[in-house]
Amino acid sequence: MDFKRLNQIKKDTYKKVGNRYTRAKLKGMEFDRQVLVCGSTGCASESSQVIRKRLEELVAEKGLQRIHVGQTGCFGLCAAGPVVVVYPDGTFYSHVKPTDVEEIVQSHLIENKEVERLLYIDADGKSKPFNEIESYCRQLRHALRNCGVIDPENIDEYIARDGYFALYKALKMTPDEIVSEVTNSGLRGRGGAGFLTGRKWMFTQKAHGEKKYVCCNADEGDPGAFMDRSVLEGDPHCVVEAMAIAAYAVGADQGYVYVRAEYPIAVQRLQKAINQAREYGLLGNNIFGTDFCFDLEIRLGAGAFVCGEETALMTSIEGHRGEPRPRPPFPAEKGLFGKPTLLNNVETYANIAQIILNGADKYAAIGTEKSKGTKVFALGGKICNTGLVEIPMGTTLKEIIYDIGGGIPNGKQFKAAQTGGPSGGCIPASLQDIPIDYESLSSIGSMMGSGGLIVLDEDNCMVDIAKFYLQFTVDESCGKCTPCRIGTRRLYEMLCKVTEGTATMEDLDKMEELCHYIKDNSLCGLGQSAPNPVLSTLKYFREEYVAHVKEHRCPAGVCKSLLKYVIDPDKCKGCTLCARNCPANAISGTVKEPHVIDTSKCVKCGVCASKCRFEAIKKV
Amino acid sequence: MKGSTLPFDGTPEQEQALRQKLSELKEKSGALMPAMQFAQGLYGYLPYEVQQIIAEELGVTLSEVYGVATFYSQFSLYPKGKYQVGICLGTACYVNGSQDIYDKLQSLLGIKSGECTADKLFSLDATRCVGCCGMAPVMTINEDVYGRIKPDDVEAILNKYRERG
Repeated sequence: MDFKRLNQIKKDTYKKVGNRYTRAKLKGMEFDRQVLVCGSTGCASESSQVIRKRLEELVAEKGLQRIHVGQTGCFGLCAAGPVVVVYPDGTFYSHVKPTDVEEIVQSHLIENKEVERLLYIDADGKSKPFNEIESYCRQLRHALRNCGVIDPENIDEYIARDGYFALYKALKMTPDEIVSEVTNSGLRGRGGAGFLTGRKWMFTQKAHGEKKYVCCNADEGDPGAFMDRSVLEGDPHCVVEAMAIAAYAVGADQGYVYVRAEYPIAVQRLQKAINQAREYGLLGNNIFGTDFCFDLEIRLGAGAFVCGEETALMTSIEGHRGEPRPRPPFPAEKGLFGKPTLLNNVETYANIAQIILNGADKYAAIGTEKSKGTKVFALGGKICNTGLVEIPMGTTLKEIIYDIGGGIPNGKQFKAAQTGGPSGGCIPASLQDIPIDYESLSSIGSMMGSGGLIVLDEDNCMVDIAKFYLQFTVDESCGKCTPCRIGTRRLYEMLCKVTEGTATMEDLDKMEELCHYIKDNSLCGLGQSAPNPVLSTLKYFREEYVAHVKEHRCPAGVCKSLLKYVIDPDKCKGCTLCARNCPANAISGTVKEPHVIDTSKCVKCGVCASKCRFEAIKKV
Repeated sequence: MKGSTLPFDGTPEQEQALRQKLSELKEKSGALMPAMQFAQGLYGYLPYEVQQIIAEELGVTLSEVYGVATFYSQFSLYPKGKYQVGICLGTACYVNGSQDIYDKLQSLLGIKSGECTADKLFSLDATRCVGCCGMAPVMTINEDVYGRIKPDDVEAILNKYRERG
């Protein structure tokens, strides 16, 4: 591969894909219309692959030669999936079924009439082109710039979007220049801790050693987080290119991507990308005719959350139990197989090519003083627009939840947002004006984390949520150090006491003390951050804990031990439906007379309340 | 060493394929996990007999293989059912009520997470986030994904597979 050929591929492919990026009338395009189907996990699980195949068949059958059908990565609005977008108009079809395909082809592609019943309806009740909908306009797609635009399995489409031009440019720079460019951009690690990326590169570059490695952490384990998966599924080449640039900068010739085995589509697309890059000579020996040689290999995880911790990840690649080791020595000095190693997260790498191509200053212009650039979040939980969003640092939580996320469904009240998964904390609704950046989040006891953002509403019990995360940590603690192995278990048991109504106020103080002990004494980041969900809920929702302890009451009505189902005699019509459906025969009463629940027999399954047609049964 | 109580029924062909792959992997650094992933793909689980072959071919101790097998949740010492039921207990699913679905599954199948029914038809796994939070709560049966389900839907879904046998 040389520059001339790279440029030629870009020019040739542009004719095929150019009218996806703009609605302007372009000359010399090969296709009049581009029908793109999301091929990411969310949409694929609702048969988007079948939809694409059917589209291809019908387009071929009807002889529509100037129409291109293709797949892309995640468009971001997973809640509207499966998603089909028709360019250049940007017509946005949501919740498409395989049976809708015929109508789309006949009406839209042949008769030029959009299929109205399938159009996505925006918050203001109107249907709009994809890139004009409210939740999309508020975003800034940087790391995700190619997701939803290119076919992730086609290297030419990546090249048409300036792909591998950053690698070409980097190989003309000195390693020092690259490191200072990355440092000046202000980019910080997107895996959660937020360490300055350029500094990490510098440490590895300065480390002595003939053999060095670069690694990519794609072991995305936080429940509710799927940013890295979406990047790998939607734009795998951007990670390959960035790792090659990093390898050149630090002096490595071998790279490893450690991916969760639970992400089969991501693994398959990344492997395809690596193979294509090898064929083009963008991986391998003497890349772009220089002395630089670099190759990449995928290693699969096997379902251990702790392997997202950097030292555990490297131990796992070496083929051992994924237990962390003490730092120092840091990976930059002594990492994989004992050699200096650079390890970055997927999203961090996804920013590199743009920084090299457009310069550090342009990147540093986005964001806040200390948190530069953008951050991708996976929105989930009680939120209308579940999906993937990318926002400039400094955007407020309120903007993310209401303007981009579309607010809370079913008219419920927003209660808290959980960021950072089992390592993070809950941000209460009262702090919704806080700007999202590294410093602001850690100042309130949460953390940026890798980007999972779970929205909770009034029906969620904060003690129950804390207990949920602790159970996760107990399961995933590797067992190497005592504070984490035993400490988190004791903490979990104390939380159980609270949810069962048997805890005392003293227990709450003990819990807090134990939290600090685990934080201070655990070996790795997993243990050190494990108490955060408890500490942050104790801080902002202490009254809920107190209600459980003192009044034996769960204000959100979640903790079963503290619940009682009662029948309101004024509302009960005596229809007997509840009594007939009760699995425990706990309800008695005569026809047309108010019924009564025997609380000693009741198993609190809630069937009666869901069957009652008069809303007479309440949880108290 | 704890393991499956069901007898090992591996074939000579499987063993040959395994030994072939192991001799290829041997030269690679950090080959143990890729080797075990291959073996589990071949046999469906990692019985004692298979762990022994891996240890022998790669020149590591059996205790090291067993140590790795029990560390990672995806390695299983038990066989899996014909239909592998997974219920996501990730955060998005959990806040949307997946625990109730899980309870229902346990009572309907009479097994806990990690176990297999006596007729080997179903095995149950409580899983971490499967990544389609937009459809929470999510249950998977082999390759089929069931989203936005309620506890009352579970029995009918299981029956579909029972009928297939």
